[in-house]
Amino acid sequence: MSLFDKYNQVNARHDRLVAAGRDPFNVCMDRIVSATEAIVDGREVILVGTNNYLGLTFDPDCIESTVEAIRREGTGTTGSRIANGTYASHRALEQEIAAFLGRRSAMVFPTGYQANLGVIAGLAGPKDIILLDSDSHASIYDGCRLSGATLIRFRHNSPADLDKRLERLKDDSSSKLVIVEGIYSMLGDQAPLDEFVDVKRRHPSVELLVDEAHSLGVFGDNGRGIAEAYGVEKDVDYVVGTFSKSLGAVGGFGASDNPEFEQLRFTSRPYMFTASSSPSSVATAMATLSKIKSQPQLRKQLWENARALYKGLSDLGFPICAAASPIIAVKLPSEEAAVFMWNALFSAGVYVNLALPPGTPDGSCLLRCSLSAAHTPAQVQRVCEVFDQAYRAMKVWRDTQSAAE
Amino acid sequence: MQWTADKVQEEVVKLLRPFNPKGIEITSDTDLSADLFMDSVAAMNLVMEIEDRFEIDIPISLLPDVNSLQDLVDVVLAQLSKG
Repeated sequence: MSLFDKYNQVNARHDRLVAAGRDPFNVCMDRIVSATEAIVDGREVILVGTNNYLGLTFDPDCIESTVEAIRREGTGTTGSRIANGTYASHRALEQEIAAFLGRRSAMVFPTGYQANLGVIAGLAGPKDIILLDSDSHASIYDGCRLSGATLIRFRHNSPADLDKRLERLKDDSSSKLVIVEGIYSMLGDQAPLDEFVDVKRRHPSVELLVDEAHSLGVFGDNGRGIAEAYGVEKDVDYVVGTFSKSLGAVGGFGASDNPEFEQLRFTSRPYMFTASSSPSSVATAMATLSKIKSQPQLRKQLWENARALYKGLSDLGFPICAAASPIIAVKLPSEEAAVFMWNALFSAGVYVNLALPPGTPDGSCLLRCSLSAAHTPAQVQRVCEVFDQAYRAMKVWRDTQSAAE
Repeated sequence: MQWTADKVQEEVVKLLRPFNPKGIEITSDTDLSADLFMDSVAAMNLVMEIEDRFEIDIPISLLPDVNSLQDLVDVVLAQLSKG
């Protein structure tokens, strides 16, 4: 009996996946050329699965200020903020995020994953109840588990289901936290946040946390996310976000108007017992945040690209899981078809994300694209052409397979 | 309505049907994972159906102890008695 025996099934599935071509979950980019291109095995690949929404990873100003920060503050902080101290740049970034979001305070975490762990497990404890959307990201589920709270799932994007469950809990005096995401990472569908806020208002003691990981910098007139887009920021008690998407760095944050939020600095284990963000991550997030504010045209360009790819793939007849957004998930009829097409796309120089159950809603097999403001119209057009070719190749392969059976 | 253990079991078996495409005979001892090949996602979906049918909430923390149909019926009865 080995410790790894429990992975036999998943390992066998992984072997089958790899046997069909390249390992979709372990692609090594030999060289990153730009926000939208890399070299893999000596060939150029268009990147359409990076979540690099604003394309800021190669912005010259952001690179310069990051390099300068490394020279000034060093390569790493070598410890946690509670034991080794906070750098002035950590504090400056927290103030900048709070000011950007119009919140009283913000806390920075080393990754977006840890931001959810730290905020959720900091806010909720074993005597509290968390109601979470059933399609929540793994970091939300993990944060919920770490909290020890009673976890109740409501149907994905269903304010009515949440309302029903809160009604059933109306005589329960436990504190209640509702968690939703602004835009869901796999399908790209938006939370109907105005309707969730209506439900929250009907249950006055309930607090609301919104994860804006994929919506920050993407939605809202100022890029503050879905809550800004719906005009309901005052009804959102806690915001969680990440630096590793539109902000082009690594890290995450939590923000709130609640004066007690700062208590998480000495109560939330994922905040207390991890190394603090590196000077380079902090400097990049600071610089890219300023770009989000000063260059709204990046958001406009992103949406133009998103609509162009959505239209291109729709016109080719591909079923897309949600309305046009910077996340465009194409649904395939089976795992085999999705894996074949992913390999065909990659071989033709287009990298998208392959997403399979159980990591996807409703057992869907998806080819997930994420757009960037840095994509050119020619790249978007090329992606559509390659999707069309790959689909034709997949159909021929499928017909050969069924003829052989 | 007043739910008896038998009535709860009968309803849960009905809700299990879509998760049992091979039509395996279901008894109190049927193991949802080993006998019906339900994965964690299917189990979560089944729980939502059960929650709707009985108008109860089943916290996720109760699920790791649910293996057989009988375990599931016991959880439903326990949550019904709380309401």
